[in-house]
Amino acid sequence: MSVLELKNVSLTLGGKPVLNDLTVDFWEGHIHALIGPNGAGKSTLASTIMGLPGYTDITGDILLDGERINDLTVDERARRGITLAWQEPARFEGLRVDRFVLAGARDRSADTARKVLSRVGLEPDKYLTRAVDRTLSGGERKRIELASILSMEPRIVLMDEPDSGIDVEALNRIFDALADFKERGATVIMITHSQEVLKHAEHAFLMCCGSILDKGAVGRIDDYFADHCMPCEHINRPDEVEFAEARR
Amino acid sequence: MSPTPQQVETARELLASLGELGGHVRGDDIAHLEVHGNEVVGAHLVPGLEVDVDQLDDGIKAHIRVREGSRLAKPVHLCFGMLPEEGLQHIVMEVEAEEDSFASVQAHCTFPNAVDITHKMDAVVRIKPGATYEYFERHLHGKEGGVVVVPRTKVHVGEGARFKTEFELIKGQAGVIEFDYDVDCDARSLLDMIARIWGRGHDRIAIREVARLNGEDATAVLQSHIAVKDEAVADIYNSLAANAAGARGHVDCKEIVQGAAVAKAVPVVEVNHPRAHITHEAAIGSVDSRQLQTLMARGLDEEKATDLIIEGLLG
Repeated sequence: MSVLELKNVSLTLGGKPVLNDLTVDFWEGHIHALIGPNGAGKSTLASTIMGLPGYTDITGDILLDGERINDLTVDERARRGITLAWQEPARFEGLRVDRFVLAGARDRSADTARKVLSRVGLEPDKYLTRAVDRTLSGGERKRIELASILSMEPRIVLMDEPDSGIDVEALNRIFDALADFKERGATVIMITHSQEVLKHAEHAFLMCCGSILDKGAVGRIDDYFADHCMPCEHINRPDEVEFAEARR
Repeated sequence: MSPTPQQVETARELLASLGELGGHVRGDDIAHLEVHGNEVVGAHLVPGLEVDVDQLDDGIKAHIRVREGSRLAKPVHLCFGMLPEEGLQHIVMEVEAEEDSFASVQAHCTFPNAVDITHKMDAVVRIKPGATYEYFERHLHGKEGGVVVVPRTKVHVGEGARFKTEFELIKGQAGVIEFDYDVDCDARSLLDMIARIWGRGHDRIAIREVARLNGEDATAVLQSHIAVKDEAVADIYNSLAANAAGARGHVDCKEIVQGAAVAKAVPVVEVNHPRAHITHEAAIGSVDSRQLQTLMARGLDEEKATDLIIEGLLG
């Protein structure tokens, strides 16, 4: 059953079509992968679903449980269960890890903070009172961001390059978090190029030039991407002519 | 001399007004001094600490001495404040931390009902060689501002001595703050100063921090973390001079500006020796958009997300 649908969504940025009449639906409780070359529009799609500033002036509809959410702000979408994990998580000078991971938590008890940190493989006693700042490695911040998402118990998690810039241990903890989301019936939409990460997906979409070109079993889509799409001649904001050719 | 019942009640009210700032723990081994207006309403000393207080018309003159070699195990608690809506409290303070002593002072200044109050502090702090003196000052003001805070402090940090100070005004409306610290540092001394202030409404915040590293291998960090919103104005001047070999320091000024508020920062770094080194960074602007988006993507509305980011910066 589909939980999130995009119908004929188009978005133009700087005069370039970055999403082009895109129609897609995501099934509830599934882990979906978005595959495609750089500049295909994968991160743009995630930002559009989240409603980030600069990504809201779209045509078409975004439907959550069949209800149009185009006009909802980022926080309103989040309170309806949609959230985003960035490729490069933000740093917050002085903001303690416990305050950060509980910011959007359903249960804001200290116990929740300890539990979600443990789930991503970070010892609570070592991290709760640290700041989410430059003293943490990229992998640590990625895990802490995931902990903050686990605590809010979202329905839809958008993950942009979850394996980017992290070590094997951190990657394993991210897989644990994926298992958690799955167990709770959440829908995960992850943008990735990693074979390791793709193993955890149940379904894949192939994106190019702002559109969904294909969808189906992860292996088939990934094979197609590897055999036919690399190297892509249309990376990074294709102009109108190239875009039309690519679509043909 | 024991305090009168009236003084005990005033001290209780003064401490109660601190609310969540709290921090005034009592015990035989914990030194404390409470001053309401120009009256000492509570005091307790511990071995190694001497405090002499003279009453002035509009405040007090206090001489605080940490005896040579004394290591005060628990923080000394000071509480200055006024419960009425109007008035002047002038604190003249002379501090001597003698050789190889250690003391950590937690000072709370509370003006919960202020409409028109001036709180002036004129302090001279002498930290003798090998001593460590820490002074953390936290203010609690009412919701209307109405307080003019003028802390002026001259500090001398002796050879191998350490001085760490924090000034924090996050709860309530700041009012007018004219913060002025002037510090001289001898060889191998360490200076660590931070001011954290959140200005709202029509608050006026002026910070002047000047430090000179006069001795070899002296080090210093001057930090100002300020947030201003509404029509508040912040004017920050940090000056750090390195005048000897091996002297090194860092000046860090971060200001978050919202609404019609205005912030200005002037970092001045001066190096007068080829083997000295000073760095500085200053960042003034709105709340970082990525931080804001991250918290909003967790369900916080813009105002709550902004407040959390600022609390982190000032926390």
